[in-house]
Amino acid sequence: MDFLITLVNGLSLGGIYAMIALGYTMVYGIAKMLNFAHGDIIMVGGYAILVFLSVNPILAIVFSVLFCIGLGIAVEKAAYKPLRGASPLAVLITAIGVSYFLQSLAQIIFGASPKYVIIADLGSLVIGEVSISYGTIITLACSIVIMIALTLFVKLTKTGRAMIAVSEDKDAARLMGVNIDHIIMITFAIGSALASLAGLFSLLRVPTIMPTYGALPGIKAFTAAVIGGIGSIPGAMLGGILLGVVECVCNSIPTVAPYTMAIEFAILIVILLVKPTGILGKKRREKV
Amino acid sequence: MEKLKSLFKKIKWKYAVNYVAIGAIALVLTALTMSGGIKQSDLFLLEKITMNIILAVSLSLVVGFLGELSLGHAGFMCVGAYFGGITSMLLESSGIMAGDGVLSFVISMVVGAAVAGVCGFIIGLPALRLRGDYLAIVTLAFGEIVKTIFQNVTFEIGGKTVGGPIGIRTPRFDKQYFFIIGFVLVLIAIAVIQNLIRSKHGRAITAIRDNEIAAKATGINVTKYKLCGFIVSAVFAGIAGVMYSFANSNVTASVFDYNKSIEILVMVVLGGMGNISGAIISATFITFLDVRLQSVLTGDLAVLNDMIYALVLILVVIYNNAPALRPFREKYNARKLLSRFFGFFRNKHGYADDEGKWDRVPTKIDMDELLSVDVIVNESVQKPDKEEKK
Repeated sequence: MDFLITLVNGLSLGGIYAMIALGYTMVYGIAKMLNFAHGDIIMVGGYAILVFLSVNPILAIVFSVLFCIGLGIAVEKAAYKPLRGASPLAVLITAIGVSYFLQSLAQIIFGASPKYVIIADLGSLVIGEVSISYGTIITLACSIVIMIALTLFVKLTKTGRAMIAVSEDKDAARLMGVNIDHIIMITFAIGSALASLAGLFSLLRVPTIMPTYGALPGIKAFTAAVIGGIGSIPGAMLGGILLGVVECVCNSIPTVAPYTMAIEFAILIVILLVKPTGILGKKRREKV
Repeated sequence: MEKLKSLFKKIKWKYAVNYVAIGAIALVLTALTMSGGIKQSDLFLLEKITMNIILAVSLSLVVGFLGELSLGHAGFMCVGAYFGGITSMLLESSGIMAGDGVLSFVISMVVGAAVAGVCGFIIGLPALRLRGDYLAIVTLAFGEIVKTIFQNVTFEIGGKTVGGPIGIRTPRFDKQYFFIIGFVLVLIAIAVIQNLIRSKHGRAITAIRDNEIAAKATGINVTKYKLCGFIVSAVFAGIAGVMYSFANSNVTASVFDYNKSIEILVMVVLGGMGNISGAIISATFITFLDVRLQSVLTGDLAVLNDMIYALVLILVVIYNNAPALRPFREKYNARKLLSRFFGFFRNKHGYADDEGKWDRVPTKIDMDELLSVDVIVNESVQKPDKEEKK
């Protein structure tokens, strides 16, 4: 029974990782860049909830999502767009700069000390002897709904198909009349919205927030995206859930718990050595 | 006299300038310390600068010349710091020699560098199968794994348990003179890496960076040179780590996190990819600025330090790389200004003979530009489409 609780917890944490990983993977697929500032959008989302929490929790959540979308687009326009066509490394360094910038900005506004953000007291579901918090269940349910919705959006709508087209071949997509700038903007908007929701759900798990709040989930979700095959949307979901379950299972065993992070990264290295493009990543032959 | 003149002509001053400048600075500083003209805080700064130069130059070999992004350089440093520190502690507790002497430093350095080199070999292996971003995440993972392991493992030395989250207490080298050893090591690191790059092997390494398939086709042993690049880079990072353990009385693994790796990478990128002198200058400048700003901006203002750093980073990278600014950059750049003042920086082609003509790692787009016929997609292709819709 204990194992079942660990599993549910792991799936719920995996859902959060998957949401963040989706942002990484979509941006990588379409703009071919590693957006290292993505983790910090989670942190901004959390602080944005804090601002309006005293007024109304629902309003706070809506504001947080909208603010993150705006921020994502603004960062893309200001920092990444001038570098389109430059070397990937330059874009990566800029993303790191943006990440530092957001962290220090949050520290200036809200201070370095952790702040408590208790969104709502949801209580726990008790079945016999075991209890699972409602927050975990809501997270799990919402992440499943979001993933299904995103898959349908990409498969069925015109914008979604344009996104796939851009990720497969940018020049061909442009020749077919796809507005690349527009698609990249939408990708950043969706990624940032997912990140702000991930921030909300992680606050339901642990209700404290500080300026470096997004760094660790960011790196872990990036790992998840690479495990699943970066650029692949189902891959990000699979990688996120796998990583979440592994983390919760490892943390539940006392002797293994301190090494959880090492184990997660070791899994990444092993998977990449066996399958260099991740579990669901497509292999691209390099043409001479 | 004639012989001396011909020798003078043979020396490529562009390369010698690094040694001459650093040697001269080291001599001046040594003289100043002897006469007591340097404050303790400045000595601390000097130690940090020498360490960061070694780190930046060694990372430059992998990122700038081998063309592989490494986000785990602090991991090698961590291995060096721990193994070097433990060696010196063992030497001290077993009573063979004092832990803070020069000989102890040399032995620790050899051990630390060797273990870091082995780690470099281990990280070089995935590099044979993976490329680009995938390799970057593997190096990041390596750094985090090393950090997590050293944060939790404890050792028994001389009857005492050390290690774990509080780290190890290492012998502290005499502060007054440690920077001299630092400068010697900097000169060694520059000499080894610069000569490696200028040799036949170095040309093989840059050939792999420019086009791996073409390099393989011309008979370059890609496996050997990739591993070689990673190992040399890791060895020097390990040496910097041993220096860290001797420059501080306490080594904790949490120092060597992902942010430390990024800090080193930023030095390399701001100095200019594939440019050793640039890496040295930017490592010196950034460390200086960082330490000085930390002492000026204290308390609530400390945050501004990070903010300035982040903004400068973003602006410099955009200025250096934005395609739209290319004409402006070609008109006004540091190399042209320098060559106007110092004649010997310039030769016939405007480049040094064996220097790659890329000021950054070429991307697939660059290669396409070179190899294919231009197909210019302009607005006119899209416009009729829009009008039809109306």
